[in-house]
Amino acid sequence: MIEIRDARKTFTRGGLSHEALKGVSLRVEKGDIFGIIGTSGAGKSTLIRLVNALEKPTSGQVLIDGQPLDGYSERELRAVKKKIGMVFQHFNLLESKTVFDNVAIPLVLDGRSKKEIRERVTELLAYVGLSDKAKSYPKELSGGQKQRVGIARALANHPSILLCDEATSALDPQTTQSILALLKRINEEFDITILIVTHEMAVIQQICNKVAVMQNGEIIEQGYVLNVFGKPEHPTTENFVRTVIRNTIPGSVLQDLNRDRPGRVFKLEFVGDSASQPIISRLVRSFDVEINILFANMTEVQQTTLGNMILQIVGADREIEGAIAFLKEQVDRIEEVEAI
Amino acid sequence: MNIDTIITSEQLIRAVNETLRMVGFSLLFGALLGIPIGILLVVTRPGGLLENRLVYRVLNPVINVVRSLPFIILLVAILPFTRWLVNTSIGTTAAIVPLVLYVAPYIGRLVENSLLEVNPGILEAAQAMGAKPWQVIWHFMLPEAFSSLILTMTTATIGLIGATAMAGTVGGGGLGDLAISYGYQRFDTFTVVITVVLLVIFVQGIQSAGNALARRARRER
Ligand SMILES: Nc1ncnc2c1ncn2[C@@H]1O[C@H](COP(=O)(O)OP(=O)(O)O)[C@@H](O)[C@H]1O
Ligand SMILES: [Mg+2]
Repeated sequence: MIEIRDARKTFTRGGLSHEALKGVSLRVEKGDIFGIIGTSGAGKSTLIRLVNALEKPTSGQVLIDGQPLDGYSERELRAVKKKIGMVFQHFNLLESKTVFDNVAIPLVLDGRSKKEIRERVTELLAYVGLSDKAKSYPKELSGGQKQRVGIARALANHPSILLCDEATSALDPQTTQSILALLKRINEEFDITILIVTHEMAVIQQICNKVAVMQNGEIIEQGYVLNVFGKPEHPTTENFVRTVIRNTIPGSVLQDLNRDRPGRVFKLEFVGDSASQPIISRLVRSFDVEINILFANMTEVQQTTLGNMILQIVGADREIEGAIAFLKEQVDRIEEVEAI
Repeated sequence: MNIDTIITSEQLIRAVNETLRMVGFSLLFGALLGIPIGILLVVTRPGGLLENRLVYRVLNPVINVVRSLPFIILLVAILPFTRWLVNTSIGTTAAIVPLVLYVAPYIGRLVENSLLEVNPGILEAAQAMGAKPWQVIWHFMLPEAFSSLILTMTTATIGLIGATAMAGTVGGGGLGDLAISYGYQRFDTFTVVITVVLLVIFVQGIQSAGNALARRARRER
């Protein structure tokens, strides 16, 4: 669907050159909601702009539906762009036009009839829940409403791909939720592939099925969100994951632990099925140990539960060893917490 | 009330008419030339929509040169051209030619500035939609710069009123000519006062109308 092969991009300005992309490869399948996360300046925008040819790679290739973009003429490229919608952080709506006219623009550019435009725009405004704002101007709308207009505009030409560059970064958390829900609905109902760039892990957690983590112009980790969240490999990824899934022992608990530490302390991580199983009750029934839950956290990612737990296990050495062996079979990761 | 003056009311009305004619026509032709010049400057500049080194490198300094000429010099310098174009080198019509040449580069620069102020994000959105260059100009740049363009034309109009005062040099007439040839040279204070008052009213009126239209265009009623 979207394939990027070893893309490099060097910007030269005033004799200084800067390599914004250092050989990036990724593959987005039809129907994916693919998230690209990274801190500011990582090269995310540059990467997403390659997909609709707003930026041309210095080397490497971008393919849409198997066709390399560099093989197209300017005219053909414009046709390709019409099938790729784009949503922006700052909405980029025309202040001088009404909501209706903003959504209509892609259709006007395409020379559609007045009647066709009226029907399509009415339908789109209803879909994004802004039917009553057709005659309003962007400056009369809230951020969330503006982004809905932006999304409606991006959908006007029935695109097969939607690109979102920090589409929720200018919005408050609650509005972010509703925009993400809308994007998810669009993905499911219209079978539109979504490529979304963000610096917020919550966005990835809520709607993406795949994620790529960018740093300094490189993808340092990519894969299914569930796998990346469950087992982040790179420290940067780990940091991002920890912004939504906390697994550190709260300070107050730590103090208690350091003062008086009977037994041993373990950190557990589990994914999916095992999370819902009554591991703890089975543990105390099978072994002669006392369990103290110091910390527990469940997070839902892609309709799957990711769990984190910190347990204090008190009992005879032999019983504790047995309990550890049992836990190793049940959970995805277990690690002893040493004295701090 | 007995007013002591040597001009007749017919002369005054004729002068007002001449000023309006000179300003009106120069503005019309000046805009027809200047707006495309402004657009051309924006789209051909480095990094522009239709980047074109040659056009930009030629147009930019030419405009600077014409703009740096004082109007009175321009007027005299192009007399042969004026004669060739309108078959006369005196009168209101003859004055319009240098006025157009004076105001067109000025409008070009002002339009350029207005267009450069358009939010680049909007042009990026236009490109992302696959808009053709003329569509970007027509459907995105111009509507977004509209209120600013109204102010641009207001400024240009006021500049023209000032320039018409010198049109008397080629017998163009107008209020400025009246003020100089009767008020100043024949010491008729009333003529000076009335022409100045009229010019002030013109300028104020145009500025207020321009501001109001621009506000309207920005939906700030
Ligand atoms: N048009 C440009 N000219 C010069 N440098 C650029 C340009 N666009 C981006 N860059 C540089 O490339 C790097 C990556 O930018 P960007 O892709 O916008 O990052 P992100 O979206 O992850 O914050 C930054 O260092 C930025 O300054
Ligand atoms: Mg960015």
